[in-house]
Order: sequence, then structure tokens, then C-alpha cells
Amino acid sequence: MNLFTLKGRSLIVTIVLGAVFVAGCERPGHDTVQRGYRGLAMEGVYNPRIVDRKLQANIPPEPTPPVPSDGPKASQVYKNLQILGDLSVGEFTRLMVAMTSWVAPEEGCNYCHVPADFADDSLYTKQISRVMLAMTQRANEDWQAHVGDTGVTCYTCHRGKHVPEYTFTKDAGPAMVAGLAPTGQNTRSPTVGYTSLPYDPLTPFLDEANDIRIIPLTALPQGNRKSLKQTERTYALMMHISDSLGVNCTHCHNSRSFFAWDQSPPERTKAWHAIRMVREMNNQFIEPVAGILPDTRKGPLGDPLKVSCKTCHQGVYRPLFGANMLKDYPNLAKRSGAAKAETGEAAPGSAAAE
Amino acid sequence: MPEYQNIFTRVQVRAPAEAGVSLGNGNVFRQGKGFFFYWAGKLGDAQIGPIYLGFTGLLSILCGLVAFEIIGLNMAAQVDWSPIEFVRQLPWLALEPPPPEYGLSIPPLHDGGWWLMAGFFLTTSIFLWWLRTYLRARALGLGTHIAWAFASAIFLYLACGLIRPVMMGSWAEAVPFGIFPHLDWTAAFSIRYGNLYYNPFHMLSIAFLYGSALLFAMHGGTVLAVSRYGGDREIDQITDRGTASERAALFWRWTMGFNATMESIHRWAWWFAVLCVITGGIGIILSGTVVDNWYLWAVKHGVAPAYPDINVTPVADPALMGGAGQ
Repeated sequence: MNLFTLKGRSLIVTIVLGAVFVAGCERPGHDTVQRGYRGLAMEGVYNPRIVDRKLQANIPPEPTPPVPSDGPKASQVYKNLQILGDLSVGEFTRLMVAMTSWVAPEEGCNYCHVPADFADDSLYTKQISRVMLAMTQRANEDWQAHVGDTGVTCYTCHRGKHVPEYTFTKDAGPAMVAGLAPTGQNTRSPTVGYTSLPYDPLTPFLDEANDIRIIPLTALPQGNRKSLKQTERTYALMMHISDSLGVNCTHCHNSRSFFAWDQSPPERTKAWHAIRMVREMNNQFIEPVAGILPDTRKGPLGDPLKVSCKTCHQGVYRPLFGANMLKDYPNLAKRSGAAKAETGEAAPGSAAAE
Repeated sequence: MPEYQNIFTRVQVRAPAEAGVSLGNGNVFRQGKGFFFYWAGKLGDAQIGPIYLGFTGLLSILCGLVAFEIIGLNMAAQVDWSPIEFVRQLPWLALEPPPPEYGLSIPPLHDGGWWLMAGFFLTTSIFLWWLRTYLRARALGLGTHIAWAFASAIFLYLACGLIRPVMMGSWAEAVPFGIFPHLDWTAAFSIRYGNLYYNPFHMLSIAFLYGSALLFAMHGGTVLAVSRYGGDREIDQITDRGTASERAALFWRWTMGFNATMESIHRWAWWFAVLCVITGGIGIILSGTVVDNWYLWAVKHGVAPAYPDINVTPVADPALMGGAGQ
């Protein structure tokens, strides 16, 4: 075809405009997984190329060889063991070495310990480690409703970094002209999957305990005054969860009726417990020690870096695709030492709770 | 004989620019002498202008410009007047209605007041433009079908932005002015009211929307197909049915046993388009005022079917299992 005719030029313009139009799209070739009764669009849609990338990025480290649990207790050998004291010396050392490779592989022991006296608590990192250990044990023992037998270890979130890659702090929003009342939404925010929904749904729901539910349970109006703006906040939280887990709405909901539990996949129950678990982590473990954190571990508004869904999940519906690291480090599975006393109240995830 | 086998007009008929009929008393003059634009002629008539602006047109454009400026400047203020961020984030930016705590009171300018003002000027602009379509149709001696079709679209606009918010007692229920934000509003609206697909007026609106597209394709296809017999001169065919009209009618009688007429097809199309927005507006107004959860409403009235349970044990609300729930 002669490209200088009207048809030729139209063809070129059409191709160029078409290419620009679809430039932001993923190329076709998606896998669909049925998740509910046929014909209801209850399906998960996955891009196999993205799944491949995630599989590569979520390979757990090889466990270190196990050591015997008999012999003298760590608390009999080391001083100032407020947690993990009931481990054998071998187990204790093995866990310390593993933690070093999970959290501070370059700095080694000295990231948390004063070289001259390992019992010294003067480095904030050591005090925080103790809190984090208690938090991990608490999650594994009492939040089984969310973490199940897979459990979590330091590596689930840290992945070789001092601070997990995905944390959140209060979001002050974009710089605006002074005097304009912030609406809390309408900016290009990765937190909510680049929608224009409220850009900080994490503070009201994963730090504070605001009401997430907005859909009325009666056909006719009977006093539910939840506004559309509240709806957008809940919607924004759901976008965060969807983005954090790399799943569609249908992972937890039947989209014909988002609120109806009897039609929801069982994953929704896991997410319900997850929201409460994360809230507890932020309220009872991280915020009480915010005072000893340096500014580099805080957000622009001075609040500490907190846990969101993405902190563990990192884009995968089960962190590390469900790799069971906890079975290789069983000492993290139960609360020990001071951790028992710190959160002595009933466990929200267990049947006895609430 | 000219051919009409393309979406483009292949033949451009050129004559001295047509100035239009003379205007009676009470009308101002038309602007410009009229000129020809080749590329416009590809899609329609190559003659551009003269245009009748008039009192209502001028005021409408002014009011529209005020609304446009209020919205645009508020968006620019949200990115601290940065032109780069303004372009980059334009689809995300919005002028939001006031927060719910103001109810229907007049909020301060910086906290939703600008939204109210932009809405006032935009609505005034639209009403003036409506008046213009009405008055110009009358001045030409036409019926006012276009004005009333436009009015039904205005009804949907007002249903979303004024009527329902007033009935709900809160400006916050209204639609923000913004590209993505108004789409998020739409999605949130459906979620909040338990899935708008179960709203029968939404169903009707979709039926009329798809029906409009179907009728448009059927009618457009029919007329193009018989244009070789002069079928594109539809008005001639209404008053003096020729072979084009006969063949078009015969085609549909052959294929589906029934045919519209050259006149009635336009009534079909007009009513489908108009009912699309009228039923949609009714569906919006009923949400939250009369029905709070359309899914439960549909279950109650046997509209929403039940499906077999895929879970071995149905999932139960954990908040009801002895928890302080949310």
C-alpha cells in the first residue's frame, strides 16, 4: 500500500494512536482461575509473566541445619535475656545467626549489639528486635486464624533489609495551596493502586479502629447513614489489600454482593482477622516503642513506620507463596519470656477471644 | 451517482455559503459570513458558520467559563500551582463537594464552597444552553424534540448532583468534578447501595442504552444500504414513499416480520435515548431515599437468584462469632 495516500496516512495515524492508547496495558495472555459457582465471574485473573517475576522474587532462604534443644538454657549462659531465654544455647545462637542474615546481613551482630557487651541494651535496634520477636511469636501463637500453620518469621517482612520494604506512615497528602481544605483523596497514590480514592486508608483502618462496613443489611433505609465519602475510604482500603496480595476482589468477595458473608470465599475470614492482627501489631507493639526510634524510622508526620498488608504479602496472596519457614524455626512459634507477660490478654484470633 | 459506502462523505458539494433563513423580530444577527473547511466536509457539511450566539448563548458560555475556571483553578491549587503536576495528575484531580458534616448548609469556599459555586454556574450555563436550543428551534419553526431530549439528560445530571443530595440532606452525596474521581464516585455509589445492577431502573436504563445503540446501528445501516436509491433523503421518503423506503421496509419484514416506518424509526430512537437517562435518573434518586440495598431488595422480590454454595461450610461473619465487629 502506498503510505502517502489518504488511506495510507490514516493507517499510520491509527496505528500510532492505537499504540499510545494501549501503551499502559499488560499484553494479553492471562490465566483465569475459577473460584466460585460457574457463570458468576467468580474468578482470579493472573498475568503469568508477573506471576513468574513474583515467584523469582519470593524464594525463601535455605534454612540452617537444626541443632539439639537439650543442653543448658540460653538464660543460664547469657545475661539480660528477656525473651528466648528458654531456648538451648545452640538454638539461641542459631536463631541469632538466622536473624542477622534476615535483617542485617551486612552489618552482622553489631547492627543490634554493642561489640564489647552483647547484653547491653543501649542500641535502639536491639530493643526493637526484642519487641519484634514478641510480635512475631504473638502472631504465630495467637493469630492462627490469619497466619495458620505457615506462620511468619522475621524474613516474611524483612527479606534481608533493616526495614521491610513496604511500611506505612500517616500520609499528609500532596503539597497544596495553603488554606485549601484537604479532601484526603484525588492524587496519584500507589497506596490505593493509582486510583483517585482516599490516599491514606491505612491510618483509619490499620492503625485506628474505624468502622469498615458501609453496606446496609436491610433492603430499605433503616438508619444506615454511611456516606459515599466513607464508602470511598473503605473502597480505598480494599484497593490496598488487592494490590498487596496481587488478587482481584473475587479472592475474598462475591462481587454481586460484597457484604454477604454466606457468599464469600473463606479467604475473606482470613482477611478479617488480618486487619485486626495488623491493627494490634501497630497499636501494641510498634507505637509503644515509637519513642526510642530515630527519625529515619518515622514518617514525615513523626509517627513510626507501621505494618500494612503489603509489609508481609509484598504482592503475593500468601507471603513467599506459602513457604513454611516457621517449621524450621519453631522457637518463633510460641510466646516466650517477657512476651508472655506483655500481651497477656485473650487472643483476638482464637476461639476464646472477644 | 455519488457513493455512500464509507463513513466519510465522498462527495463535497460546494456552493456559495448558505446564510440561512432571515430572522424575525427579537433576534440578534448571526456571527460571521460562513467559510468552508475541507476536513469538516469529510464528516459532514463543509460549511462552518455563520453561528447564532444570541443572548442565551453568550450568557451560557460565560457561565460555563466561570464554572470551568473555578474547577480548573481548584485543581491547580491542589498541586500547588505546579503546571507539570497539573498535567501529570489531571485525570486524578477534582473539585470535591463539601464533607458530610456540612449537610445542606453553605460551606466555606475552601471546604466545598467552590464546588457549590461551580455547580451553580455550570447548571445555569446548561439551563441557558437548553433555552437556546428551545428558542432556536422555535425561531426556525421546528418542533422542540431536541430541547426535550437535552432536558432529559439534564434531569440525570440534576438527579446525581442536586435532587438526590437534597433528598439525602447532604451535599457530600453529590458527584465531584473530576475525571477519575467521578468514576470512583460511580463505583462507590454502586457498592454503598448494595450493587446497582439489581436496581430495576438501572436495568431499564441499560436496556434503553443498549437499545439505542442497536436502533442506531439498524437505522444507520438501513439508510446507508438504501441510499443508492435516494434513501438518505429520509424526509422525502416519509411524505412520498419511494423505492428506497419500500426496499428498506421489505428487508425488515423479510428478516423479522415487522418494520418501522421512515418516520416511526426516529420516534423509536428518540424515546430510547430519552428513556435511558430518565430511568437512570429515577434509579439514582431512589437509591438511599427509598431503597438502601438493591441486592437485598432484589432477593426480597425474587429478582436475584440463589446459586449453589461452593464452600463446604458456608462462611460466617466473624464479627458475629462473639467479637466486637466491624
